[in-house]
Amino acid sequence: MTGEQVIFLIVGAVTLIAGLMVVTVRNLVHAALWLVATLFGVAIVYTLLNAGFLAVVQVVVYIGAIAILFIFAVMLTRRQAAETGASVNPNWLVGAVMSVLTFAGLVYLLQTWSGFSKQAAAIPSGFDAINQLGNALTSPTGYVLPFEVASVLLLAALVGAVYLAFNKK
Amino acid sequence: MNFWNDPLKVAADWLTGIFTGWGMPSVGANVLVAFLGVLMLITILMVIDIFLVWIERKVVARFQDRLGPNRVGPFGLIQPFADIIKLMIKEDTTPDGADKVVYNIAPLLSMMSVLILWAVVPLAPVMLGVDLNAGVLFIIAAGSIGTLSIIMAGWSSNNKFSVIGAFRQVAVMVSFEIPMLAVLLIPTIFSGSMGMNAIIQSQDIWFIFLSPLAALIFLIAAIAELGRAPFDLAEGESELVSGYNIEYSGMKFGMFYAGELLHAFTFGGFWAIMFFGGYRFFGLEKVSPFLAIVIILFKALLGYWVIMWVKYTVMRIRIDQMLAFNWKFLTPVAFVLVMVTALMNALLRGAPSWLFITGMLLSNVIVAWVSMEFVRSAARQEREKVEGLKQVAEAHH
Repeated sequence: MTGEQVIFLIVGAVTLIAGLMVVTVRNLVHAALWLVATLFGVAIVYTLLNAGFLAVVQVVVYIGAIAILFIFAVMLTRRQAAETGASVNPNWLVGAVMSVLTFAGLVYLLQTWSGFSKQAAAIPSGFDAINQLGNALTSPTGYVLPFEVASVLLLAALVGAVYLAFNKK
Repeated sequence: MNFWNDPLKVAADWLTGIFTGWGMPSVGANVLVAFLGVLMLITILMVIDIFLVWIERKVVARFQDRLGPNRVGPFGLIQPFADIIKLMIKEDTTPDGADKVVYNIAPLLSMMSVLILWAVVPLAPVMLGVDLNAGVLFIIAAGSIGTLSIIMAGWSSNNKFSVIGAFRQVAVMVSFEIPMLAVLLIPTIFSGSMGMNAIIQSQDIWFIFLSPLAALIFLIAAIAELGRAPFDLAEGESELVSGYNIEYSGMKFGMFYAGELLHAFTFGGFWAIMFFGGYRFFGLEKVSPFLAIVIILFKALLGYWVIMWVKYTVMRIRIDQMLAFNWKFLTPVAFVLVMVTALMNALLRGAPSWLFITGMLLSNVIVAWVSMEFVRSAARQEREKVEGLKQVAEAHH
């Protein structure tokens, strides 16, 4: 086992445990903090995949904005941060079976892929991932259309949020 | 390759040689050497941090026409050590009903979010932690960990004042992240890279001369991010006692305090890296890496001094003023400036350097002037509204 694999296994285990804690802890603020730990674990996985830019963006967007927003919402809307009701509903067994089946299906699909058991090729020196990403997102032969559609969608969400919050006189 | 040209690499090679000589596998030796390097950097930073306490107290004393610490040691230089001993032996209190784990992690995260910034700071052309190609974004990412630490501290203390202080501070930090990220794109546009070292290397002309407005916006956003006056409404002694860190005592409070000072110093350093050429100073950095370190530390101290100058000169603003200033003025100006700079950069790409500088400078002046005109007309309307109301009120009497 290489050092990278050891790190991946540790990070993966911590991320999974943190993800499990998100849905099982009673205290909602704790759940949000465990979510932060999960997202951080995902960022480390990005780093292991040589996607440093995505890792940093993951921290900026998901931890810096979304998790903080969650914590704000919990603190501003609840007097008691802890949940008192039952933490599972009667459908938990169906849910568990479905998720196990989905995971098994994904593993099966991946196993039929030829690259499943191969080692990743080494990245050539001087390879600039950010440049490649920027070119791909803005070139007409790349992903400029999905990129622009996504920005229009975000703009629409922004306008909608402002409209809802606007105080009609 | 000798020690004086590339000290870190020579030292690392020497240490790796020793460790592998003891029969350690080379991967393990490399990891251990990297770990020792990080430990050395953090130790040096913490020692600098001790003296920052002294510098801060001396400078504020000068601004307020006092002497500052002057009893313990020459010029009061040993005062910070006395402070640290005091902090260490103070009782470590935890408030009733505090969330103990979160309460204890928060100061660590706060300090960590500052120290992690130094991973991307190039101290000399050959002395840097990592030359991350997303270095500019890394600053913002580390800032969001700082935001998290503050909200954790405020919430876990089980104190209304600390929660309100944390809310205010987080509102400031989340808001001012946006203009900061926008103006950080301007050095990126000029240098064509997000890496710190590449940004410094491309500053044959300091970027402050190309885009003084961006430097100013970065300074304002940095001061807000630090939570220093005029954006220290999270501390608001008169209303909130001390903000998010009320309940902390001893060294846990010390972590927040030392973290804040080191953060200010670090942002002075980033100001220097982004707009004042970092370790470059008329080719002196090529003479020796040690000279380059002296240059960047000097520039960082100058930036830190400007931040202190602002802190001890202006007064605190209210939260609604802060939000209006950021969302209605600073953010639009920053975005317009980024667009104008990108456009001018594309237009003037092949131009001679005097034309490039003049064009950039002129576009900055025009953006600043137009935005000031907008502010002036908004202020005039506001004034007319208030004065109109006054006249109506007087007419009724």
